Amino acid sequence: MDLFDLIGPVMIGPSSSHTAGAARIGLTARMLLGEEMIRAEIGLHGSFAKTYRGHGTDRALVGGLMGMNVDDVRLRESLALAQQAGISVNFYQINIRGAHPNTVRLTVTGKSGRMLVIEAASVGGGNIEVHKIDGLGVNFTGKENTMIIRHTDVTGAIASITGTLASKNVNIANVQGYRRQQGGDAMIVMELDGVPDAETLKTIESLPGVQGSTFLARRSDV
Amino acid sequence: MDYTMREWVHMARIHGSIAAAAIAAQAAESGVSAQSIRTTMQHHLYCMQEAVQNGLDEQARSVTGLTGGQAALMMKYYRRGSSLCGTLLGKAEVYALATAECNACMGKIVAAPTAGACGILPGAIIAMMEEKGVTEEQAVDALFVAAAVGQSIATQASISGAEGGCQAECGSAAAMAAAALTHLQGGNAQQCADAAAFAIMNLLGLVCDPVGGLVEVPCVYRNVGSSGVAFSAADMVLSGICCPIDPDEVIQAMKEVGDALPASLRETGEGGCAACGSICARLRL
Repeated sequence: MDLFDLIGPVMIGPSSSHTAGAARIGLTARMLLGEEMIRAEIGLHGSFAKTYRGHGTDRALVGGLMGMNVDDVRLRESLALAQQAGISVNFYQINIRGAHPNTVRLTVTGKSGRMLVIEAASVGGGNIEVHKIDGLGVNFTGKENTMIIRHTDVTGAIASITGTLASKNVNIANVQGYRRQQGGDAMIVMELDGVPDAETLKTIESLPGVQGSTFLARRSDV
Repeated sequence: MDYTMREWVHMARIHGSIAAAAIAAQAAESGVSAQSIRTTMQHHLYCMQEAVQNGLDEQARSVTGLTGGQAALMMKYYRRGSSLCGTLLGKAEVYALATAECNACMGKIVAAPTAGACGILPGAIIAMMEEKGVTEEQAVDALFVAAAVGQSIATQASISGAEGGCQAECGSAAAMAAAALTHLQGGNAQQCADAAAFAIMNLLGLVCDPVGGLVEVPCVYRNVGSSGVAFSAADMVLSGICCPIDPDEVIQAMKEVGDALPASLRETGEGGCAACGSICARLRL
């Protein structure tokens, strides 16, 4: 139970699923990219594709990608702000078989050239589910402290990561591992009870096989 | 705790009121202090007040141009003393419309319980503050009573138009506001529960039929009408009328009615008002 799910969230309208959830997906993608974006290709599926203009889904996604939160009044002007900042934005319609009606596929490029492809759905009340990152099927909501670690599938990779967290007294609520193939690109998504400090994050990033990590702090409105 | 109305009424006997019981439950579940929970709700109240002011902007228009500026029109009418509903309900209705239009125009609002039904509760509470001298502290308490009712509905039925139709959105909001109003007028916990039940009873079966799938028509107008239902429900219980059906059963009935609604009337934008040619032509649908 959370009473602030009933009186809240504080958000930019008009729709918790089509506006607030969209902004949250954009913001999650921005954090996973880890740097400012210069280009976004935005594929809209289902209801998102049908009603995105009237609901401001387009502005919410772009605003989120620029780092704005669900209650940021600049969301309304985000398309103009992106243009001023020289960010290239393109919307297209896609059909993803079996996907939730409010699903979006974001292909974003950062200023260093780093690219990220993320597929996520806005599942109601401003809540989201991330379903794919760079082609790997994942499943997390970002409602709790979440750590996403990209690594190479080598023996002991997960053990060394979880061991580092344990040594810093950060408890893991749950952990999911995903990999493309044996020895290939892999990803660990962990929900944590605590918040790892900067040093812990640095230690994890320097572990053998770890390519990069993102920490999403527990949503402040929950 | 399973968050039935019956249980909230029971908890209110232990804690003194539904508001106090709700704060205690939230503190126990989240580990956040009662004081900090109150502060968050107070912040939400300020956001609601800002949304009303922003929504009264005469120039505001939604992205489609379908809504915006109508609350300003209704406010002028209200200020002339013309409102048939009088100073209190008349103002609650204007504020509900202002909040709903603020939402439609991509302004900042507080979902209560959803964005589509965000006007009803703040309209009622802020009108009570301005017209009946309700203090900020009392208003915050009333918001907790409303949240408890919302939790009960969310747990036993739904607060999503896509699942349960508009009865789940404007109906839930009216139930929350009815309980909050009853609390503000000195009603006890059972009366708050009965007021919520009366509100739901009056909006049972209300379909979700947004034109173009957008949170505009008929949503913003239903925020106005549902305000009236909230005040009527509170007036009934405050006069001494008891709800003849158990409030939890009314909530369960709402779930059954919602399940029975065809998909075309559950936020798909296919039936009801959404299928009316005159407005679809304006939207070029």
